[in-house]
Amino acid sequence: MLTALLVMVALALFLGLMLGYSALKFKVEGDPLVDRIDAILPQTQCGQCGFPGCKPYATAIAKGEADINQCPPGGDAGVHALADLLGVEYKPLNAEHGLPKPKSVAVIDENTCIGCTLCIQACPVDAILGAAKHMHTIIASECTGCELCLAPCPVDCISMQPIAETPDNWKWRYPVFAIKPEAPQIQKPQTA
Amino acid sequence: MSAITQLSRLFKFNGGVHPPENKLQSCALPIRRLPLPAKLVLPLRQHVGNLPKLRVAVGERVLKGQLLAEAEGTISAAVHAPTSGIIASIGEALIPHPSGLPDMCITLEPDGADEWLPHAPLDWRHADKQQLTESLRSSGIVGLGGAAFPSHIKLRADGTSGIDTLVINGAECEPYITCDDMLMRERAEEVVRGIEIAYYLLGAKQCLIGIEDNKPEAAAAMRAACDKSEYPLQVIVVPTIYPSGDARRLIHVLTGREIPSFKRSTDMGIQCFNVGTVQAIYRYFQFGEPTLSRIVTVTGNVAQAGNFDVLLGTPVTALLDAAGGALPDTNDYLMGGPMMGFSLPSAEVPVTKATNCIIAGAPKLFPEPEPAMPCIRCARCADACPVNLQPQELYWFAKSSNLEKARDYKLFDCIECGCCSYVCPSHIPLVQYYRFAKSEIISQDRAKQAADVARERNEFRLMRIEREKQERAQKHAQKAAGAKTEGSAAADGKTLEDAKKAAIEAAVARAQVQKAAVEPKNVSDLPPAVQSEIAEIDARRSDAALEVEKMQLKKTIDTNSVADGKGNEAVSQASPEPTAEK
Ligand code: SF4
Ligand code: SF4
Ligand code: SF4
Ligand code: SF4
Repeated sequence: MLTALLVMVALALFLGLMLGYSALKFKVEGDPLVDRIDAILPQTQCGQCGFPGCKPYATAIAKGEADINQCPPGGDAGVHALADLLGVEYKPLNAEHGLPKPKSVAVIDENTCIGCTLCIQACPVDAILGAAKHMHTIIASECTGCELCLAPCPVDCISMQPIAETPDNWKWRYPVFAIKPEAPQIQKPQTA
Repeated sequence: MSAITQLSRLFKFNGGVHPPENKLQSCALPIRRLPLPAKLVLPLRQHVGNLPKLRVAVGERVLKGQLLAEAEGTISAAVHAPTSGIIASIGEALIPHPSGLPDMCITLEPDGADEWLPHAPLDWRHADKQQLTESLRSSGIVGLGGAAFPSHIKLRADGTSGIDTLVINGAECEPYITCDDMLMRERAEEVVRGIEIAYYLLGAKQCLIGIEDNKPEAAAAMRAACDKSEYPLQVIVVPTIYPSGDARRLIHVLTGREIPSFKRSTDMGIQCFNVGTVQAIYRYFQFGEPTLSRIVTVTGNVAQAGNFDVLLGTPVTALLDAAGGALPDTNDYLMGGPMMGFSLPSAEVPVTKATNCIIAGAPKLFPEPEPAMPCIRCARCADACPVNLQPQELYWFAKSSNLEKARDYKLFDCIECGCCSYVCPSHIPLVQYYRFAKSEIISQDRAKQAADVARERNEFRLMRIEREKQERAQKHAQKAAGAKTEGSAAADGKTLEDAKKAAIEAAVARAQVQKAAVEPKNVSDLPPAVQSEIAEIDARRSDAALEVEKMQLKKTIDTNSVADGKGNEAVSQASPEPTAEK
């Protein structure tokens, strides 16, 4: 009886130590759930979700403080992916936060730009290049299309331009087939 | 070697189909040439890879063979003028692409002179291999079998590459297409010379030329030409089965080696070229001619089908006219074969390096597909798939947009050969689903990459803002501390003051020296009254100058200490804060 007890205690101690050790040794930095949610979010950093960026929104979702349907750039596919990840029910996008738009990039009208640097300070991904009192321009490949630079511009010289479809980024469409009414002479005998 | 022993050495891949060949119509006549068209439209994108860089301007006169656009980056190909003429415009025009979207094109108006740029042969046997492959970069040669992959990359591996087997693809398995067949029949000599060059450049040890057994004339012509070669070139007749012309399938048939999906044929020491491509390589080395034309089969619903040696950029309409014109019930133009080709957006599009065949379609040739029915899981598609995929599973995943699963089931190994759709009893257009799923996955991957970049940039920006905030706070704290300890004469505070003072004095001295140097000459003999007035003004001026100098110095010292704190700023933009602060 006593030996059995001792064995069990020793085993419990040993396993406990192992667990404690591995908890320290294999400690995961950061919150993996936040990162996994953040990986699904489109990183437009537009703030339409009501948070100052994608990471804060991801953190809020992980804490259960925000719903999964607040990110318009992520679209329906994004909500589906979040629902899958979190094991919750899918719900349609919340229109309060805006509607999905075709992907665009900002373009500065370089003749109108007065070089005030206000848009530089607004851009969440440093996609605007310029210096005080010099013309600014946008690095199109870095622009996420968040529209945050539009409002601060005092001369309204920034506009959003949808990314055009080219043979390079063109996608094959989902196969659809025109439904043609069947020839009436075939249908008649069936209905009759 | 007799044909029988050869055949017995061959291997067979899974599946494959035997669609009606329809090749006889277009090989009745020899290869013909077209009259010079009124204009040539040359798309910049005629190959796989980066867009080439423009080298000409509108209005310029160019000679035949002149470089119009230069290869840009590793995977890219040059574009040359197919004849002499004037560059009429550079801009968007319709290209032969399944999207039907326009793309960048150079429009050339031929002047009829067909005047060559001076060009010379390259002595390939006595030149450095490295240099030769380098020079191929400007040849504009791409795979002419239809894939249009730049050839200089495939030949780049010289000697050290470990390529031991060169496979030459003359299988041409797609129905209707006969351009390679006719090329081998009529220009076998040139093809074999091209094979020799590729053989030499790659340092290969054996060369297998695969030709389907429905092309006996081509095989005979090639054999005759190979017999004269000093290299061990073997013509091997392979059984006719679609898609034996796919590079990996042909390699399997000829060598028995299957290339794993994650590897390339070069990893296994095998390189594969189309017969048209090696002929282009020959013409480049023998005459210095870049790719200016190609052989195109025009067939289907036309009066007189045949093969044409066509200048790149020639409109398809000109080609159809040369073939006697499309018959009145033509309702569609296909580029490529009926299995893998696509409908052209218009017959006005130009011939490009990838155009191997134009088929005028009509309801009697290609009847409307029967309506698709649900999949009955008969697995006939899997039996027919030459890549050993599970097309019915892929179809299911693609249809439900379950893209991750489709990728797991090796969607990207699918060569879109269409065997599965061909045999499907439910008439499901399987390949269309695969194309949709593939391009969807590719675009999602691109979006993901862009998102990763955006995340990184956003994180960097937040970090920078945080750092700047901290630095500012630190500076304020230092200033506050400095103000407190000023009265008690802190050592460092004092030295700072001293340094400032010294700098100001030095500046004053400099200013005086400068002033002495620019003593005005017109004030030497003046009445005393004026002299004294001048002296007064000078005194006032130097006082003011000193003031200004002092203020400026203070400013520079201040901003210097700010800049020191931000010494290693690695931001690509001017930080607006310093100006905003003052
Ligand atoms: S709404 Fe904008 S900021 Fe919020 S998660 Fe979506 S992309 Fe990111
Ligand atoms: S340039 Fe404008 S739209 Fe583009 S990422 Fe920056 S702030 Fe957003
Ligand atoms: S051949 Fe067609 S019906 Fe049969 S399993 Fe494949 S997809 Fe389904
Ligand atoms: S199209 Fe793809 S899945 Fe269908 S048979 Fe060809 S390789 Fe296999």
